[in-house]
Amino acid sequence: MLGYISKRLLVAFCVCATVSAISFALMFLSGDPAIAIAGAGGRAQDADAVRIAYGFDRPIVIQYLDWVGSALTGDLGRSIYFNVPVTEIIGNRVGVTLKLGVLSFLLALVVAVPLGIAAALRPNGWIDRLALILAVTGQAIPSFWLGLMAIVVFGVWYGWVPISGAETWQGYILPVIVLSYYAMPAMMRITRSGMIDVLATDYIRAAKAKGLPMGTVIFRHALRNAVLPLVSLAAVQLGLLLSGSIVIESVFALNGLGRLAWESLLRSDLPVVQAIILILSLLYVALTTFADILNAVLDPRLRGAA
Amino acid sequence: MTHQIPKRFLTGVAALAASLTFANGTPAMADKASNTLNVAFAAEPEPLDTYTIAGRQGLILARHIYDGLLYKNLDTGEIVPALAESWEFTGPLTMEFTLRKGVKFHNGADFTADDVVETLNTVITPEYGTRYSISVDWIDSVEKLDDHKVRINMSKPFAGAVEMLADALPIYPHEFFAENGSEGMAATPIGTGPYKLVSQDPGIRYEMERFEDHYEGSPKSGATIDKIIVRTMPEMNTQYAELMSGDLDWIWRIPPDQAKQLESRVQVISAPIMRIGYVGFAPESLGGDSPIADKRVRQALIHATNRGAITDAFAGGASKVLNTACNPAQFGCEQDVTSYEYDPEKARALLAEAGYADGFEMEMAFAAMPRPTAEAIAADLAKVGVTLVLNEQQYSSGIGKWRAKELPAFFSNWGSYGIGDTAFILSNFFGGGDDDLVQDSDLAEWLSEADTASDRDVRAENYSLAVKKIADEAYWMPMYNFNVNYGLSNDLNFTPHPDEFARWWQSSWK
Repeated sequence: MLGYISKRLLVAFCVCATVSAISFALMFLSGDPAIAIAGAGGRAQDADAVRIAYGFDRPIVIQYLDWVGSALTGDLGRSIYFNVPVTEIIGNRVGVTLKLGVLSFLLALVVAVPLGIAAALRPNGWIDRLALILAVTGQAIPSFWLGLMAIVVFGVWYGWVPISGAETWQGYILPVIVLSYYAMPAMMRITRSGMIDVLATDYIRAAKAKGLPMGTVIFRHALRNAVLPLVSLAAVQLGLLLSGSIVIESVFALNGLGRLAWESLLRSDLPVVQAIILILSLLYVALTTFADILNAVLDPRLRGAA
Repeated sequence: MTHQIPKRFLTGVAALAASLTFANGTPAMADKASNTLNVAFAAEPEPLDTYTIAGRQGLILARHIYDGLLYKNLDTGEIVPALAESWEFTGPLTMEFTLRKGVKFHNGADFTADDVVETLNTVITPEYGTRYSISVDWIDSVEKLDDHKVRINMSKPFAGAVEMLADALPIYPHEFFAENGSEGMAATPIGTGPYKLVSQDPGIRYEMERFEDHYEGSPKSGATIDKIIVRTMPEMNTQYAELMSGDLDWIWRIPPDQAKQLESRVQVISAPIMRIGYVGFAPESLGGDSPIADKRVRQALIHATNRGAITDAFAGGASKVLNTACNPAQFGCEQDVTSYEYDPEKARALLAEAGYADGFEMEMAFAAMPRPTAEAIAADLAKVGVTLVLNEQQYSSGIGKWRAKELPAFFSNWGSYGIGDTAFILSNFFGGGDDDLVQDSDLAEWLSEADTASDRDVRAENYSLAVKKIADEAYWMPMYNFNVNYGLSNDLNFTPHPDEFARWWQSSWK
């Protein structure tokens, strides 16, 4: 097990290093950051001054190594746009994204797993059909449209919940529901198919033949194996929710990490973009590594496979 | 009412549905009762040190918090005293200001000459990183003559000096500024303006309160609204929803089609602004070996573009087709120049005369302009045989290629920093600098004289010569002046201005 974990951590480190290097280089392909920072009204000499002030005139490799060196000491630089340490600005925004992402993930999980199990127990039954409708609409309807409709109906017409902002907990109600509706189908479908496969296996038939109660068969024997692919998927889904909530954060005016990444990209605030990319890639790698390790704990066969 | 909801819900179409479906929503109610103006910006304001920022949102907030030595009354075009009681040119390169007494900063400090000296002498140093060098590079030094008198020594003649001093160069409290610098000013903006900042979540939420000790005689006096709350709301549809439901009183930059949808529910005002759209032609590009180097080709391209239809379709509102390479609202922007009416036949004839009867292919990069507008130009040019290869770019990338002389044509816009003087547009593109891909020595000479002369007649005459030649030579295809659509609560009085600086201190409730 220790060998397996060591291998996974080594791979994770390599992935982070590669992602950070590639993303750093890509940022410079989208145009001259000095001109972008100088602004649309900036003259060539304004851009030149910015180029020197921020060290963009140095070779890109030197800039990258400099950045990596500082990042390793915990210094992620200063935001060019806000003129404050990047860690400070990310610290201010990450809470919103974490709340939004984790709550949406939990809500999606709470709905998807029981629904997937229920659908698997009676394939083609009414619960299965209902689950199918939810899954198809969740995947087909763009989340920004659903968000806007939720605002119109529950925010404007009925006035039940705030339309925007995260000043109160009520502000999270609509975005969490919308985001979880988007995340739920994949988890529900994978639970359902995993459960159907497991329920058809010999050891489940044997368990049923022994006269074990259905609840025991499902939750003690079937679920442990059915849940394996869900663990991997859930890790990716949580990563997606945390990094990919830009649209929902925009629609509901929640100023989280997703919005910050997008806005920083548009205004070429390189230190912020680079820090967010690093943090999100670390997060992804951590989540997928954790999922792999958890799967190995749940299924000892996987340790040998690695 | 309720039974109609599912029907409406199902018939909604994507994002537009959000504005369409408001037709039967709740009535808009302004926050008149608490005398609070609720504002939304789509973009995050920058830190509120005016000197280091470029975005209009941050600058608008800053103009409520800070004052400059002078102020421009845009309704009359007159420069009036603000923190300076009076001023005069005491020599070709010296200006003296008598400062107003009894002015307080928001932190209670008295305003004196030390504040002017500390502020301006600091922001002119290269280390400070003032964002637009053009705003301060004409100042050599500032001297204190006595507690209420200062002299500005200019480093060069600059006709825009007085315009710059009119609110674009705010004065900071000298002790606080010396101790805390730009970062301190951004974290704790302290000025003498009509509103003081009481809290900020930078980039997200700002709360300003009317400054009760605002000095008498200020051109920004008379504010009637107690509190202003500004929030960042990136999604315009969400802004419309909040405006309709009465949670917002002021939004702006509403696209023309959406503005029409909103008109029946809230106040919508369209106002012209200083920013203009243009297609720059670069005879110097591609080694000077491109069809665009031929004047007849450039003229043909303008004749072939139906700018009137494009303006109506994509800009609408208060936008008008332009013939000069500047904004008619700017001083020196002569309108009596050669104009090119939409005439595809004439365009074909000119192209044939230039040896391009069968047309040609040309790249046009565009940045910070909507793609449909660029596509409309391409469609018009295709009718006379010119294939326009459209290349959408980030502004930084587009202007970089332009400066590298890699583009024969560049479609973008220019806002002249919101200043009503032709100096702030022509000299950048035709004054011989890096953005000048024409390199016409006549133009550079006329503009240099106009930019440095103190005699307004001399300036006007030279700008007139310049814009006439730019039009004759078809160096630019001016498109249209931009307009801004504002969405306001029905209870709000608000007057927009062409410099795009919202003046909420002039707003009131009906």
